[in-house]
Amino acid sequence: MKMTGAEIIVNTLIEQGVTDVFGYPGGQVLNIYDALYKYQDKINHVLTAHEQGASHAADGYSRATGKVGVCIATSGPGATNLVTGIATAMLDSVPMVAITGNVPCSLIGKDSFQEVDITGITMPITKHNYFVSSVDDLADTIREAFSIAKSGRPGPVLIDVPKDVQIATAEYVPQAVVEKAPLPKASDEEIAEAIRMISEAKRPYLYIGGGAAGLGMGADVVAFAEKIDAYIGCTFMGLSAISDKCPRFLGMQGMHGHYASSMAQKEADLIVALGVRFSDRATGNVQKYARGAKILQIDPDYAEINKNVQVDFGICADLGDTFARIASACEATTRPAWCEQVEALKEKEKQIDAEAERRNKAPLPPHAVFDIINEKKPAGTVIATDVGQHQMWTAQYASFDRPRRFVSSGGLGTMGFGLGAAIGAQVGSNSPTVLITGDGSFGMNLHELATAVSYNIPVVVVLMNNGVLGMVRQWQTLFFGRRYSNTVLARKTDFVKLAEAFGAIGLRATTREEFASAFDTALVANGPVVIDTLIDQDEFVLPMLPPGGSIDDIITAKEEQA
Amino acid sequence: MNTFHIAVYVENKYGVLTRVTSMFTRRGFNIDALTVGETESPAYSRITITLTGDAHLCEQVVSQLHKLHNVKKVEMMESETIKRVLMLIKVRNAADTRADILSAVEVYRAKVIDYTADAMCIEITGEPTKIDAFIKLMMPFGVLEMCRTGVVALDRGEKTLLGH
Repeated sequence: MKMTGAEIIVNTLIEQGVTDVFGYPGGQVLNIYDALYKYQDKINHVLTAHEQGASHAADGYSRATGKVGVCIATSGPGATNLVTGIATAMLDSVPMVAITGNVPCSLIGKDSFQEVDITGITMPITKHNYFVSSVDDLADTIREAFSIAKSGRPGPVLIDVPKDVQIATAEYVPQAVVEKAPLPKASDEEIAEAIRMISEAKRPYLYIGGGAAGLGMGADVVAFAEKIDAYIGCTFMGLSAISDKCPRFLGMQGMHGHYASSMAQKEADLIVALGVRFSDRATGNVQKYARGAKILQIDPDYAEINKNVQVDFGICADLGDTFARIASACEATTRPAWCEQVEALKEKEKQIDAEAERRNKAPLPPHAVFDIINEKKPAGTVIATDVGQHQMWTAQYASFDRPRRFVSSGGLGTMGFGLGAAIGAQVGSNSPTVLITGDGSFGMNLHELATAVSYNIPVVVVLMNNGVLGMVRQWQTLFFGRRYSNTVLARKTDFVKLAEAFGAIGLRATTREEFASAFDTALVANGPVVIDTLIDQDEFVLPMLPPGGSIDDIITAKEEQA
Repeated sequence: MNTFHIAVYVENKYGVLTRVTSMFTRRGFNIDALTVGETESPAYSRITITLTGDAHLCEQVVSQLHKLHNVKKVEMMESETIKRVLMLIKVRNAADTRADILSAVEVYRAKVIDYTADAMCIEITGEPTKIDAFIKLMMPFGVLEMCRTGVVALDRGEKTLLGH
């Protein structure tokens, strides 16, 4: 069937199973938007307030559903506004396809109006990108983009389509949804070596990251931990893969990780790394990281093996298949001494937490906010965050009951990610969605409230408002002699009125009771709600491993340093 | 620290060289020399990259190159690989040095390709170490200008990059 390039784009998206796209129209994507209008009964377009919001929404959509997120923007500033969102997806290995328009081929390279070399700009922050110069290549390019985005280690792909290619016509023949490219299988020798390492270990620690979480391996890892009497810890990106109610699961380790999880990793003699990349925030000082342990790493990305940490044995292969083969072939065993050791660490963590809670006399301490959210949130709630102290408190305190329920910018640490991502996650999952944010992060992209209101997307925004850039302030307190350079916001924004001005519901909470009541109201509001949640400006995220330090330097109580 | 040569077979498409070099920039890898050119197949180009570093760096470079979508094959060249550099070097031509220069050209199996009263241009190919030695030899005679390619390298025998 003969079609225009713009119609081919939209039809190929539909063919590839895309039901929702996020974007913003403009001069060089008018034809694509015309095609979206034509096929609006088959594909839903969510108009955001800013292209950055569209990129984060596509990202949040993907994180919550596992599907490829799609965003569309016009040339020039539209395309550059996607850049932060694409980089965010790249660092967290989120499958995304970004489509941009560009000036017609005849105007390329002439500094035309709203012309920018977006393929050049996004080369280092995409898995791959394309400039499509012929309409005949368009459909196959989009299919290849989907294949690249979701295969192996997932990531974002950008397709730049000049306007004349959108207008030109070509034959379009629908094709099947592209499958993930198969990954190499581990050899029997590799599996045998992994089993040998595990059976020789006295203190095994299963360490799961975004790779394992993305494959939904949580339940299998728990079953394996029970079989071999091991404990499980995770990276930031591994959160929500395993329910925090699981007694084998110690939670996140690393810079702001749980005490027991970080300590157990230190005391382990074998770390089985499943889809982790040993980020600096997870390892601390690599020279001092896991000195007592052997490391067995399984990852589909060969470049991750020995990149940041030298491992004892690395297997570059299909993670799910490799793990399943190891897990089924390993003999069941007990390790009572290790269990005793870890249970003691868990006990110590409880004491540390109880002591911190006892000392905190604030009317609304951060942990109390999460106690209330955890108790009241419906099953399957997605929790999205922005970046900063509130994000780390979420990682520490929030409870997750199923995979893909934690949506947060880990690798890039993108302030302003949250609201767009929460909108995308809600659209994709149709689950109750809570955004935990701070007044700093929220300020960066709060205009997406307009999107939530327009589409009546029921996102509950818990705005942990302390009037400061809390995480930077914490570092200034600890390492910069309390010189609070440019971290006191001293803004006069009334977030309740602001929410109301956007057409959302605005509530304010200053105590546990007020927050509980506001959260109850928000859950049944059936539309966007902002809860301006006032917390103290000097709350800390603890534990903390100081930058450049190791687990030996862990700070567990505020008084030690402040 | 060693010198490594990496052969990269890439699709002959718009922007591929940029993708390869931008990966080096992004990862903080330093390229000593790079050559790129056509291959036996019009669909592919071959890039030979020379870099200095330890084995860990080299392993990282190879695996990061593998991840680029347009890269079809990457291989670290072994030490017995045939390596060649081409250099053009312009040396001052003076009565008292002429004989010495010409005898060096003879010994090194180089070629004088331009000759004027004041200067001569010499073409030489060979292993990188041979080229280095020739430059050293020419220095006292007055090197006016020089231009050398990076390394091009092929395996000995029947072995080929794609067939390997």
